[in-house]
Amino acid sequence: MIVGERKPMGEILEMIAPHEKVLLLGCGTCVTVCLAGGEREVGILAAQLRIHAKKEGKDLQIEEHTIERQCENEWVDEIKSRVEGVDAVMSMACGVGVQLVAEMYPEKAILPALNTTFMGYPVQHGTWLENCRGCGNCVLHLSGGVCPITRCAKSLMNGPCGGSQDGKCEIDEDIECAWQVIYERLKSGGRLDWMNNYQPPRNWSTAGSGGPRKSVKIEEVVD
Amino acid sequence: MKAPFEPKILAFCCNWCAYSGADLAGTSRLQYPPNVKIVRVMCSGRIDPGHIFRAFETGVDGILVAGCHPGECHYISGNERAEERVETAKAVAEIIGIGKDRIRLEWISASEGLRFAEVIEDFIKEIRAKGPNPVGGDA
Amino acid sequence: MNITDNQTAIVRLSSIAAAALFIQQGVEPVAQMTVRDRNRIAIQSDILGAAALGIKNVLCLSGDHQKFGNHPNAKNVFDIDSMNLLRMLKDMRDEKRFECGDEMDVEPRLFLGAAANPFADPFEFRVQRLAKKIDAGADFIQSQGIYDIERFEKWLDAARDAGLTDKVYILGGVIPLKSAGAARYIKNKVAGMIVPDSIIDRMKNASDGKAEGIKIAIETVRRLKEMKGVSGVHIMAIEWEEKVSEIAEGAGLPRRSGPA
Repeated sequence: MIVGERKPMGEILEMIAPHEKVLLLGCGTCVTVCLAGGEREVGILAAQLRIHAKKEGKDLQIEEHTIERQCENEWVDEIKSRVEGVDAVMSMACGVGVQLVAEMYPEKAILPALNTTFMGYPVQHGTWLENCRGCGNCVLHLSGGVCPITRCAKSLMNGPCGGSQDGKCEIDEDIECAWQVIYERLKSGGRLDWMNNYQPPRNWSTAGSGGPRKSVKIEEVVD
Repeated sequence: MKAPFEPKILAFCCNWCAYSGADLAGTSRLQYPPNVKIVRVMCSGRIDPGHIFRAFETGVDGILVAGCHPGECHYISGNERAEERVETAKAVAEIIGIGKDRIRLEWISASEGLRFAEVIEDFIKEIRAKGPNPVGGDA
Repeated sequence: MNITDNQTAIVRLSSIAAAALFIQQGVEPVAQMTVRDRNRIAIQSDILGAAALGIKNVLCLSGDHQKFGNHPNAKNVFDIDSMNLLRMLKDMRDEKRFECGDEMDVEPRLFLGAAANPFADPFEFRVQRLAKKIDAGADFIQSQGIYDIERFEKWLDAARDAGLTDKVYILGGVIPLKSAGAARYIKNKVAGMIVPDSIIDRMKNASDGKAEGIKIAIETVRRLKEMKGVSGVHIMAIEWEEKVSEIAEGAGLPRRSGPA
């Protein structure tokens, strides 16, 4: 899923300051699951914003609403009448959702309430781990199911650097060395060949260095 | 003439300790001010920022979250979560102008009826000194 | 004489510029080059520049993560890794080709170095990684600082058994200790280094910690000299450079001409 974290309150208050009628828009998919921008979080932030406005003697109307997904046109289209009634939308979706709302309602101020942090999964309730960078050139079938691009601090492709010790990464003892994990998995599966062989420089053009990426399934395109 | 300010306190009490403590205070006929409304929850870890800020929004002047002493949570670690959540809520309360001191976390066991009464009395005194919730409201 | 490339990710005088200044003074340095701060375009360009300035020896490294430096908010590059860097520079030299395959008219005449760390994990892979580096283009190897001499020897034996010591010049790394505190710091805080308790005890019990540190360094150099497969040593007297000649002389290394 896409993981996000709510922005600091001070930053949110600053963004919202020029506006009087705001639609606080939650997203029912990834950010609901990672407890950052779903219906529950919309309720909490709305209460906090209203308290602050009352304290400041400011007339602020917050409308709360959560849609299934902010990253698909159909869902975002459904909130048209709500958006028309406000002067700003504060989106609690990931950056994808925020941009689609902005794309569909370009005349409105669209404010991001979250920082989109990464793609990952929960290793335990309340803790999420980044494990995909969307580099466009997957090697997981070779690397024992562990992504060296994401989970090695230097994105190395030829094994652990000299800072790998006791299974830990040199930059933080709470971070496991991805290459230690890769080594163990490949060794137990008798597949160390890949690691023993020279891996050439990567093609980063698929990873965003080639400019913004677009994926087209030509047979599915409907004009 | 304006009536003197009487703080409205909402106390979220854990079923296994603080709520029983409040009960004991009652059955022991200990006196504590009537300004407090008690909400029984199964664990202090049940409280999230939504409960706290919705309550402030409606005009509550102070919120007490009362759970089991560290190491004695009926659900092992619910009170640790309560502690972290209260810390987070306090930080936001400060930024949005409610003030962090309107939220209070206390550990009160089932046998501490007297302590429950003292905590309530002390908290009310503190909130009375601070004055009403700046948001107003008629909770 | 090694010239570091912004070591521990702290901004320093450019290693290529510093190396060029040493060449003017008649000293032949090893210029270090990391892949942390430059992509393959910048590295190849800088290497051509380095060769034009007379630099011959280049040590190819990944580079310490910027987290440890004075610009922890910087974006790192890591376009290629140290293995790729070796192969790229070897291909420039031997094939007269850039990484993309394009040909060049005049190749940089380089002697390529790589780092090896027998004290990092997984230990069994370290010999294999050495083999990969030699295959990728390493002419010489500089090891991480050696305190656990048994583990170094174990690694060297495995490298010799794999026929690697005939293919490359291995320099053992020696970092003189200044105090027991420094020894403990290296043991506990520096990733990829091992300091045995026997060394810490020696430092702790010494009346003069600095003198003991020099003594240990001299003993280490002497042991390394005896090992088959070790071609030299690399003495890293960090902010203590004046002690290098004392250690070298103490260990009976031949005097070098020119400034130390």
